[in-house]
Amino acid sequence: MMDFNLTEDRRMLSDTLTRYLAEQYQIEHRNSVAYESPFHDPSKWTEMAELGIFSALANEADGGFGGAGPDIAVVFEALGNALNCEPALPLLMSSRLLSAARQDQATLLEGTAHYAVAIAEPDAPYDLLDITATANDDHRLSGRKTSVYGGNIADYFLVAAKAGDCLNLYQVQAADAEVIPYGLIDGGGAAEVLFDNTKAKLLIKNAQSALEDALDAGIIALCSEAVGMMDVTYQITVNYLKQRKQFGRPIGSFQVLQHRAVDMLTEIEQSRSITIKAASELKGPNASRYASMAKNMIGRSARLIAEEAIQMHGGIAMTWEYAISHYAKRLIMIDHQLGDTDFHLNRVIGMLNTA
Amino acid sequence: MDLNYSATELAFQSEVRSFLADNLPNHIASAVRNGDGLTKAMMDEWHRVLNKKGWLATTWPKEFGGPGWTPVQKHIFEEENCRAYAPRVVPFGVNMLGPVLHKFGTKEQQDTILPRILSGEDWWCQGYSEPGAGSDLASLKTQAERVGDHYVINGQKTWTTLGQHANKIFCLVRTSTEGKPQQGISFVLVDLDTPGIEIRPIRLIEGGHEVNEVFFTDVQVPVANLVGEENKGWTIAKYLLSHERTGIAGVGFSMQTLEEVKTIAAKIKRGTKRLIDDPLFAARLAEVEIDLEAMKITNLRMLFRAQERGAPGPETSILKIKGTVINQELRDLARRALGPLAAPFPGHLGEGNILFGPPDTAFNAARYFNNRKTSIFGGSNEIQRNILTKTILEL
Repeated sequence: MMDFNLTEDRRMLSDTLTRYLAEQYQIEHRNSVAYESPFHDPSKWTEMAELGIFSALANEADGGFGGAGPDIAVVFEALGNALNCEPALPLLMSSRLLSAARQDQATLLEGTAHYAVAIAEPDAPYDLLDITATANDDHRLSGRKTSVYGGNIADYFLVAAKAGDCLNLYQVQAADAEVIPYGLIDGGGAAEVLFDNTKAKLLIKNAQSALEDALDAGIIALCSEAVGMMDVTYQITVNYLKQRKQFGRPIGSFQVLQHRAVDMLTEIEQSRSITIKAASELKGPNASRYASMAKNMIGRSARLIAEEAIQMHGGIAMTWEYAISHYAKRLIMIDHQLGDTDFHLNRVIGMLNTA
Repeated sequence: MDLNYSATELAFQSEVRSFLADNLPNHIASAVRNGDGLTKAMMDEWHRVLNKKGWLATTWPKEFGGPGWTPVQKHIFEEENCRAYAPRVVPFGVNMLGPVLHKFGTKEQQDTILPRILSGEDWWCQGYSEPGAGSDLASLKTQAERVGDHYVINGQKTWTTLGQHANKIFCLVRTSTEGKPQQGISFVLVDLDTPGIEIRPIRLIEGGHEVNEVFFTDVQVPVANLVGEENKGWTIAKYLLSHERTGIAGVGFSMQTLEEVKTIAAKIKRGTKRLIDDPLFAARLAEVEIDLEAMKITNLRMLFRAQERGAPGPETSILKIKGTVINQELRDLARRALGPLAAPFPGHLGEGNILFGPPDTAFNAARYFNNRKTSIFGGSNEIQRNILTKTILEL
């Protein structure tokens, strides 16, 4: 029977995380850690692991208690609501890959070991087919990985590299690679990672489908995070329309702004729907197609919500001090992660006839 | 109809071009090109170079030392400046207070203040907006109470651009609460080192510092610093807003940005293909180029009309609306084109994200975010639409 309500377990998970973030990780604290090395709060990371948040991202066989699309969606929507900058995305994607490689991931889910996923390259930002990093017969890696999220604090890298025509997955100890850490304009940390005949361990031979699954899961996480951020951005904007007075009346009494706020609401509802659909298809035969649909729509709607929220506020939303500016940055920059609007539109175009 | 410049205008164009080639310092042009922010020293240096040539106060009448250019010449000058990546002249003294004093200032105010604007001795900033008076500027509350031969000013101004470099501020203040709000406003000049003034920085979305809050507590200003008549400041404010509208479309900046996007999209690769060969990206870029080609002509048509009539009309609001949207679209494309390479926080590595992308792409995401201001400041695009609704549609 059709039911759009969360299961009891997922509602409890959502409530637990939401309450924790509201009490322990408010926007002021977030902003105080998101833009300074290490670009997150290690003690809060440990607390979140202890709450079981990360275990909800893995299935029982891997020591977790979730790992399905809707589990991922619940966690990341709550993180998005609070604009959280902890490196949960690399944790999720690493968990998918370690699961596919049948590797133990207890320390990952406990939050004691940091893994980061190194897929993108300067000339291969989004497409697995474009990867040029290579592995030789001794499993030594050469090449450069870009925008490795969480790479600034990683203990291990999970690296996609080619051995001949075969795209494999390798594990590298961070100390063995050259790591250039940096902060991101929307908060959080990443790194460029350079390999030069660097020793590695082969985890998965022919890892194409494992990597696609990790990317699909990552996309669902990003889309859910965006939905959470859009909700808050919209709420703050509507509250401002009610409170801000110019020309002797609340600016929300002007019909042009009312209609634009309604357009925001409509796009958020649509974004939530496509994300629910993509989450429900994860691991299925059409997972990548729906993930691409969701990421394309989020790319469009997140930009609309961010830009309209700023414009309808006026100057105040252009300031660092006002929360909307930070939500807007993250909403825009999410389009630069795991494939942008056009990349995913191209993928949907490519699958028009095969669906 | 003839869309070409006349022989005289073409000669002027090449004169401007060679002046810029000889006199625009490289370090300044590259700071403009990279978008990593001009220092006060760079702004001062360019101000002096232009003033020495007599091309600083292009909007001033000849009797006050302006070059006496036609609107088309001013347009050519702006276009060439953009092409060469020259900085925009800091407008508050030269292009805002100057013209106000020409029309409303006393002889003494003109004689003492104008030369110091040209020489760069005084750096003016603007005290208009307040926390409660943005789009509805006439509701401003900063109070100037007359006590003997002084005004005593109390209140707060905000969005004061480059106020951190300024030593003077021109303000709209409330000198009367009688009648309509517009009727009790006066235009006064204030020394920023007068006791009771505090300037606090406002950090913007991308992390930069270009605007400020200015607080006034019992600040004493001589009555001689009033410009025009008491309670007639709104007339001056309106004059200032309508006076200088060439350049409002930002066509030159959009042409710069278009070139930048093309350069990036030709360098950035997705696999073995260049981004510019991706039909989806190319379509986005081509659409904005079409809009910009039309805007160039719309801009010139309105310039031409202003030249015929002697003053720009309310239709120039179209230039503000469409001009800012075109530039924002281009800034979106520049950011989008870089993909993940746009994401590093500028300044974290000293050189922005230059390390990670092709040259000249540093700060692209930061510039996209910062540029959202253009559809908000100087009368938001919503206010511009209200102006058009009232004046042209007559609704």
